[in-house]
Amino acid sequence: MPKTLYDKIWDAHVVHEDSDGTCLLYIDRHLVHEVTSPQAFEGLRLAGRTVRAPDKTIAVPDHNVPTTPDRENGIENPESRIQVETLDRNAQEFGVNYYPVHDVRQGIVHIVGPEQGWTLPGMTVVCGDSHTATHGAFGALAHGIGTSEVEHVLATQTLIQKKSKNMKVEITGSLPPGVTAKDITLSVIGATGTAGGTGHVIEYCGQAIEELSMEGRMTVCNMAIEGGARAGLIAPDQKTFDYVKGRPHAPKGAQWDAALAWWTTLKSDEGAHWDKVVTLKAEEIAPVVTWGTSPEDVLPITGHVPDPESFSGGKVGAARRALDYMGLQPGTRLTDIEIDTVFIGSCTNGRIEDLRAAAEILKGRKIAVKRAMVVPGSGLVRAQAEEEGLAQIFIDAGFEWRLAGCSMCLAMNPDQLAPGERCAATSNRNFEGRQGRGGRTHLMSPAMAAAAAITGRLTDIRELAPQPA
Amino acid sequence: MEKFTNLTGVAAPMPLVNIDTDMIIPKQFLKTVQRTGLGKNLFDEMRYDDQGNEIPDFVLNQPAYRQAQILVTGENFGCGSSREHAPWALADFGIRAIIAPSYADIFYNNCFKNGMLPIVLPQDQVDVLMEDARKGENARIAIDLESQTVTSADGQVFAFRIDPFTKHCLLNGLDDVGLTLEKVSAIDAFENAAAQARPWI
Repeated sequence: MPKTLYDKIWDAHVVHEDSDGTCLLYIDRHLVHEVTSPQAFEGLRLAGRTVRAPDKTIAVPDHNVPTTPDRENGIENPESRIQVETLDRNAQEFGVNYYPVHDVRQGIVHIVGPEQGWTLPGMTVVCGDSHTATHGAFGALAHGIGTSEVEHVLATQTLIQKKSKNMKVEITGSLPPGVTAKDITLSVIGATGTAGGTGHVIEYCGQAIEELSMEGRMTVCNMAIEGGARAGLIAPDQKTFDYVKGRPHAPKGAQWDAALAWWTTLKSDEGAHWDKVVTLKAEEIAPVVTWGTSPEDVLPITGHVPDPESFSGGKVGAARRALDYMGLQPGTRLTDIEIDTVFIGSCTNGRIEDLRAAAEILKGRKIAVKRAMVVPGSGLVRAQAEEEGLAQIFIDAGFEWRLAGCSMCLAMNPDQLAPGERCAATSNRNFEGRQGRGGRTHLMSPAMAAAAAITGRLTDIRELAPQPA
Repeated sequence: MEKFTNLTGVAAPMPLVNIDTDMIIPKQFLKTVQRTGLGKNLFDEMRYDDQGNEIPDFVLNQPAYRQAQILVTGENFGCGSSREHAPWALADFGIRAIIAPSYADIFYNNCFKNGMLPIVLPQDQVDVLMEDARKGENARIAIDLESQTVTSADGQVFAFRIDPFTKHCLLNGLDDVGLTLEKVSAIDAFENAAAQARPWI
């Protein structure tokens, strides 16, 4: 029977199946960060259990860490400090792979995993973090889990799972200029809603997906969770193999050849069954921004703030509440919305390609917003950006050049919005209070965020005047 | 894990769609290294003003709902992050069951790990129970897991579905890790076979 990519990875990892279809699924890589793991390690300790596969467990602090240079002096907030120190201690006690705060390889767990070659095609990857979907860009089945499940994976290297349905999201044709992976992933959520993928694993395919870099593919898969899906996947191809080859934990020599032989079979078969299919034309995707407090509140930058009454059902009230929270009036042109702050970073858009895209817009220009910051996704991304001269472009434009971490994406560290402060952000969630109590978030691509930084308002990247010579 | 068998109680109405995990428990409360104590910060930004005073209009601040054990709400409840702090905060407040047309996947699974029952019912049935919830103490809702039913205050019975394994674990308060470790020989066998087939893992 023809199988989807998801079917193939699933089948290769079933340890045991009950008569009702409940499966015990083997986990190849378990990523761990400081926020969702303390109670899990404590659970092991209380039960006298160990970590079953410490060599397959990778830990890194990212959510709480300050991104200012003074972080080497320690973390000021006592609760944040305790959480990071707890991870330090747990990583040592249980003997898992660890990248502590001062390690140059430290960064956001979903950027570190692929960067170090931990994430490989055909694997099962989990983490106590919903954006684990990122790793699906490699053709790995990757999804977020809760802390109880973190404890379960630590103790057993398996998860109790029921299989999800198969959903295909095809993006046909090529992206127009100025349109990026972020615009694809936001547009898909805009089309299907935040619950459109619920109960499904999405496979993204089509010419526009094939044409994306690995960084772009990670951006697309990263937000599969915002569309409600359990995971997002992209079939591995030559770009995937080229990205993986030579990374510290990628297979080498004869093992590389054996791995490659299997990886090349990891694609959905002709005639495989799809429970749901969504098709978007790349040429119809525009640079988009969000206007509300749900990632499904997406519009092309050429649009206007919608009238809540134009929606139906529960969405009418939700849109009213969102506009009130966002301080917006129906009918306002999106390009008339003024921005206070710009945040470039996160596991969605904190990779080198994202920084290049933003720097290209910013080169030779100055910001017109109150504050702007770039937070590279890892210490290695930061080092590379400095080497390529990107850091200087950001600094010259008036951006703060920060150290790696999750930062203002979820504002658990000191990087937060003040009440009413309006931010153009490259992150993944525009929920109420997400970037700080009362903070107002507009999600967009790195290039669009850079354009907003220059003009001080939401801006159509395609309309931006050419750079001064 | 605490068992869940049946529950009759006051339900709090929250007729909003897409209530996300940042609303349920904002990130500043995720810095704890414990599972308990989060109830006072449940729905923090909706429940308290900037000075930390209760906002009287918010449902859980109203006298009728301070002891609520059930939440009736809109579709896609619990969307957003994987934080198990969301069900922990609900449980710590005293909420043991939620009734909604749909949930986000990770939140839904997290509830069961904490002896909580998230019930899926069609929108029209949720609407009936939402009306009950609006009556506070005067309209208690009854939930029975064994028979998989919710009974409204005026006796309408709605059946709900639940995965048999999950139901078994909830009814008996079973710990997943303990159950899985009974299958350790299957895990060993899988691991050995995988080491041959995919030695690079």
